[in-house]
Amino acid sequence: MITVLRAGPLTTVQDLGRPGWAHLGVPRSGALDAPALRLANRFVGNPDDAAGLETTMLGCTLRFERPALVAVTGAVADIDVDSRPVERLRGCQLFEVPAGGVVDVKRATRGVRSYLAVAGGITVEPVLGSRSTDTLSGLGPARLADGDTLPVGVPAAAPMLVGEPARPGGELVLGIRLGPRDDWFDTKGLFGSPYRISPLSNRVGSRLAGTALTRTRAGELPSEGVVLGAVQVPADGQPIIFLADHPTTGGYPVIGVIDDVAPLAQAQPGTTVRFRELD
Amino acid sequence: MKIRRVGTAGLLIECPDAQRVEDWRAELWKRRATGELRVAEIVPGARTVLLDGAAPGTAEALPGWEPAPGRIQAEGPLVEIHTVFDGEDLESVADLWGVTVDTAVRRLVETPLSVAFSGFAPGFAYLRGLADEWAVPRLAAPRPRVPAGSVALAGGYAGIYPTASPGGWRLVGRTDQNLFDVRREHPALLTPGTRVRLVAM
Repeated sequence: MITVLRAGPLTTVQDLGRPGWAHLGVPRSGALDAPALRLANRFVGNPDDAAGLETTMLGCTLRFERPALVAVTGAVADIDVDSRPVERLRGCQLFEVPAGGVVDVKRATRGVRSYLAVAGGITVEPVLGSRSTDTLSGLGPARLADGDTLPVGVPAAAPMLVGEPARPGGELVLGIRLGPRDDWFDTKGLFGSPYRISPLSNRVGSRLAGTALTRTRAGELPSEGVVLGAVQVPADGQPIIFLADHPTTGGYPVIGVIDDVAPLAQAQPGTTVRFRELD
Repeated sequence: MKIRRVGTAGLLIECPDAQRVEDWRAELWKRRATGELRVAEIVPGARTVLLDGAAPGTAEALPGWEPAPGRIQAEGPLVEIHTVFDGEDLESVADLWGVTVDTAVRRLVETPLSVAFSGFAPGFAYLRGLADEWAVPRLAAPRPRVPAGSVALAGGYAGIYPTASPGGWRLVGRTDQNLFDVRREHPALLTPGTRVRLVAM
């Protein structure tokens, strides 16, 4: 069992989400930086879809009641175990925690979200096949609060050390496939000048600030299904890129779809974003 | 038919009206059940059906699967929603319709509805069936909190809030039926294709 000593501003339980329910209005949810969670799970010998913790900017502090093997990936952040720093190797911190040991994931110095996996996984009760917290609909466990306890499962026999971590930080170039509603816009605006990630971004979407996109046709779009990575353009012309907790349908036109949203999970507010068209 | 690409593995089928959406949705669900269609999500909208996570080759197969027009009526189970018609906006809806409150309620209970699509929140269903000329505008400013179970109207749709949330639909009544429960085998009471009747309590 894990006790949450300091939950941080937004720490949630995440696995690879609950796809397959969008027709009922259920968001997919899941880790925003899915490759980082997968990597953390692999380091501790968990299956890829085991649940871990996703922290936001300021980390969290946890006490482990039993000895545990733990890996932290994603955003670069210093980690102390019982006040002793852990070394970061190959973009990951992999360490053992003794019974009663306290793990402190500190403020992210590069990237935004750290992923903590513990051998055996976090075994809160699944909801519709997933242990993910969905901040849009409220499905899954509540975001962590100080004093919460989390159950841990039985570790697999032997961890396997595989994979290379993502390298967060710097200017982002996002590959975008235009459509389905690019004919509603002057798309040159999207490629002409850079955007910045707005501080209003969250697990639902990355909001961008920059050149307002101009509509080339008026009128309302009847609500339609939207996908992960969809670049929706509301009335103010500032694009929003949908992340894991995105609504399943939307009424604003989608100008294109990003091929990989994981880098957005680690992009701090103010990060410069450019678009590159994919065919 | 027109098919639009949505990213690498998404397809959007555009339909001329809600009936055609229902035709396509039913056809695609059937083909998925037989294993002919491999796809992660089939999401009907107001005028479209989205396929997300579609197997390669799906776009080429779609024209051959076009359902016969208007063949499919909403064929799902009939769900009765026991409704107390005392919503805060019932009078304004009756005014917009130019009828008395009693007549407005009678319209709502006498109109066969069906689930066109879901969205907004888990278990929130857009119910179609009301006449086009009965469409009512959303509130100018949404309420910060609409109670769970509120039966409401906006545009040409009726809907029922599964959980308390902000909302701009016009409230005409309330039900205590549970619209969405993750502990049920089928968590949503109202799924696309389900037929719905509002029953006055």
